[in-house]
Amino acid sequence: MKKYFPYIVLTLGLVFVAATLAPTRNKTDFDLVGVSQIPVLVNGRIKPLDTVARTSLLVLQGRQRVVSPDGRRLTPIEWLLDVMARSELADTYQTIEIVHPDVLALFNLKVEDGAGQKRFSYNQIKPRLDELEKQARLADSVEGPRRSTFQKAVLQLYQNLHLYGRLKYSLVPPDSPSFLVEIKRFQEMLPAAIEAAKAREAKKPYDEKIFTQVREFEQRFDFMAQNGYLLPIPAAADDPNQANWKQVGRSLLETFGTGSVNPNVMVFAGLAGAWQKQMPKEFNEIAAIYREQLAMRFPGQIRRSLVETRFNSAEPFYVAAEFYVAAFLLAVFSWLKWPDALRRSAFWLMTIAFALTTAGILARMWLEARPPVTNLYSSALFVGWAAVVLCLVLEGVYKNAIGSVAGGFVGFCTLLIAHHLALGGDTMEMMRAVLDSNFWLATHVVTITVGYGATYLAGLLGLIYIIRGVFTPSLDSATAGAIDRMVYGIVCFATFFSFVGTVLGGIWGDQAWGRFWGWDPKENGALIIVVWNAIILHARWGGLVKQRGLMCLAVFGNIVTSWSWFGVNMLGVGLHSYGFMDQAFWWLLGFILSQLALIAIAGLPLAKWRSFAGRVE
Amino acid sequence: MRDLLTGLLRFFASLQLTVVLLVFSIMLVFVATLDQVNLGIWAVQEKYFRSFFVYWPVPGSTLSFPVFPGGYLVGGFLFANLIVAQFYRFTFTWRKIGLVLAHSGLVLLLVGELLAGLWQEDFQLRLDQGETKNFSESSRLYELAIIDTTDPKWDDVVAIPEAMLAAKTAVQHPKLPFRIAIKDYYPNATLEMRRENTEGAPSPATAGFGPRLVATPLPPTYREDERNMPAAFAELIGPDGTLGTYLVTPMLVMPQTFSVGARNFSLIMRPARAYKPFSLTLLELRHDVYPGSEIPKNFSSRVRLQSADGKDNREVLIYMNNPLRAGGYTFYQYQMNEQSRFSVLQVVRNPSWLLPYISCTIISIGLLFQFGISLAAFIAQRRTPANAPAA
Repeated sequence: MKKYFPYIVLTLGLVFVAATLAPTRNKTDFDLVGVSQIPVLVNGRIKPLDTVARTSLLVLQGRQRVVSPDGRRLTPIEWLLDVMARSELADTYQTIEIVHPDVLALFNLKVEDGAGQKRFSYNQIKPRLDELEKQARLADSVEGPRRSTFQKAVLQLYQNLHLYGRLKYSLVPPDSPSFLVEIKRFQEMLPAAIEAAKAREAKKPYDEKIFTQVREFEQRFDFMAQNGYLLPIPAAADDPNQANWKQVGRSLLETFGTGSVNPNVMVFAGLAGAWQKQMPKEFNEIAAIYREQLAMRFPGQIRRSLVETRFNSAEPFYVAAEFYVAAFLLAVFSWLKWPDALRRSAFWLMTIAFALTTAGILARMWLEARPPVTNLYSSALFVGWAAVVLCLVLEGVYKNAIGSVAGGFVGFCTLLIAHHLALGGDTMEMMRAVLDSNFWLATHVVTITVGYGATYLAGLLGLIYIIRGVFTPSLDSATAGAIDRMVYGIVCFATFFSFVGTVLGGIWGDQAWGRFWGWDPKENGALIIVVWNAIILHARWGGLVKQRGLMCLAVFGNIVTSWSWFGVNMLGVGLHSYGFMDQAFWWLLGFILSQLALIAIAGLPLAKWRSFAGRVE
Repeated sequence: MRDLLTGLLRFFASLQLTVVLLVFSIMLVFVATLDQVNLGIWAVQEKYFRSFFVYWPVPGSTLSFPVFPGGYLVGGFLFANLIVAQFYRFTFTWRKIGLVLAHSGLVLLLVGELLAGLWQEDFQLRLDQGETKNFSESSRLYELAIIDTTDPKWDDVVAIPEAMLAAKTAVQHPKLPFRIAIKDYYPNATLEMRRENTEGAPSPATAGFGPRLVATPLPPTYREDERNMPAAFAELIGPDGTLGTYLVTPMLVMPQTFSVGARNFSLIMRPARAYKPFSLTLLELRHDVYPGSEIPKNFSSRVRLQSADGKDNREVLIYMNNPLRAGGYTFYQYQMNEQSRFSVLQVVRNPSWLLPYISCTIISIGLLFQFGISLAAFIAQRRTPANAPAA
């Protein structure tokens, strides 16, 4: 059993991964899988409806799962379709997260009223919306950094509800019993209305009734054009700017110029109508025809949408996080029992998790046509990826499970951080003008991120040394020596990459702004990491620190790296501060304190270390 | 004496000193970064990096004490440490060539940063659409320009830098038939119309717009989105006595004019100018956003570059990550206002721009070499079974 255990674990792992990769099947008569692949343009990027549904849910409630009041579990696309076509139902789903007690009080809501004590439905919030609007206006007039947590929570909720409202106006007006019928009537009235308008212009008698009716249509469409969140109508075939996708409302407004309603508007009105009346046959037919027609005009886009929906449903990063946890646990247990079998199993699981994250990162790169790191979210993915590469090497060389423990831990933590960073919305966002340079993203950003990953890994190895040494008797001198060499090697690696990364950043600065170094906070953060690594190396060369000191310095490196990775963004100054985050500040503070506490523990006399008690070096 | 010298050499060559200095530099950079929130990037550089000591002003007094070594001091000691260590401690072997390279590169990098600090000039060039300029303007400093407009064909300008106003230096210039005495100077101020029949000190100004205005001093601002608006009272004194005291401040956009004998002058305080041997015309500015979003995709300015000697006359597109380099200057897209149709280019001149490239290449090669040797030794050691730890 012991002998075959690693193979059993490997096989089970692979089977599990294969299961996640299997294409999703429709569970109802509706071809929801097909519809979820329909591409639309949102925030500058053409993405499948599935992504819109998932990211909107993450923004609104921090998770993708929706349960209706009657206990049905909805997929993200079902939820989105309900919002867009059956909003009277969607308004009853508890999908809006409110945690701030004062904000709840604003709505006369209690924690118990919410699903999971924090999620509420639109209907629960609706009666006091005007109060929220007032508070939001008050909060908005306060400068960003000076806002209280209440003001921030109010604005956040206001923005989220705005998003929810805009989603409702994406395909059809929520109050229309049948938008398709409405549009057809509009189309019929249009020629007469145009005549009427011309007559009116020329101060001649005109059909006032038709004129006012069409005027009402216009106002309705205009509201949809202003508020629709999706741009689902593809650019016209003869439009020189093929990125010029439009809202349904905008496209309808253009009808006044073209004289006939864009057939794609009809498609979406029909699709929404079929969903509204729950007619699967019509729904599937319209979706199939539309996709076929799109596939002819935008074959590349359709392929991307397909891959992106598969990527969404496979959730490689969530699965990898589970594998990392398993690898970590197995590796830790290998220090207690079955050293060889568990160590090997842990190594295989870490390898599977690594392969999954690699595939996920590659898929994102292909979808975005960008290097791996483009924003804070992807930097978290990549920091973990780079650290795990080093862990795989360490484990391959030393075969003492330390690499797997470190890899499992760092892999899981970075994916957890990434998960929380993803709550801000679509993680494949468009690059702001300054950052729009694949060359520098590929060189500077990637190198510096590898440097972050390596510095963290050195710190983590230091933590393993301290925790094993102080709390367990398992740190024998061979293991201690091995960790010492690992940390030294990783610090050398980190020094090199963070230095080269920082320099490349300077060169980017010189190329883009004519100055190599500007003492910008992000640059300073990178510099501090380089100098800290240099300090570790010089302190060791100069004999100022031995094993234990090296570990403490490496652990402090965690603080240094976290500060320049996240702390700098919290300052909100400088050219580089693109990701301002708030709550993360407390997490950062907690993390720093925990690291300091561990350094203090390492300061205990060696006689108090369980591994060294009785055999002082 | 000899002992003292050896002691000093030992001190400067020691790795302990290196570590202490590196720790100092980290602390310096860290505090300076935090302080940017209060002071802004320029003031921070002056206070922490381009100084020998960081001073702590005692609140409520004009006293300030040096509390921490500044950038020049830490950098200088590091520099000395590097040099002395290289010569004193190192016996040259091929195995150490990586370290030698890395550290010599570092020396060059420090020198480069010092030179950049001393030589680098930053200016801004604000162009309205269609406008042509052959000068750029300082984003922080002003100058008092006295313009002789007697001849309609050309202006003869004497410009007094703000630093001289601040020092209240009296200026006498051969081109001017009067000398200028600065009676008062505020680094930052606000202007108000003087209300009639109100109490309060009469304006020190006796001529121009000054008597009708009240200039109230404000504490200087260091924020990046605000500018200091200095104000000064300048008395013009001719050979036969005073010609009047003028209030000068960039808040007065219109020049104040006066005549001395047959000559006409106008007086204006404006951003300090740096004239260039070429001119730029803003032909077109563009700000693109990604469709269906507010995310900026690109800012670009199409300009015509014409050199004074007529050798250069071409159209250039300046956009993000693609600056214009001409005559030793780099022009990059800095700000833009599409509604008001103006574009601001940042202009940087840095004669030592090449040094970081060279030094960084040397350091990178050195590190690669050094760590490569260590790695090779480690692998070789593990391949020898006798030395392998029990795994």
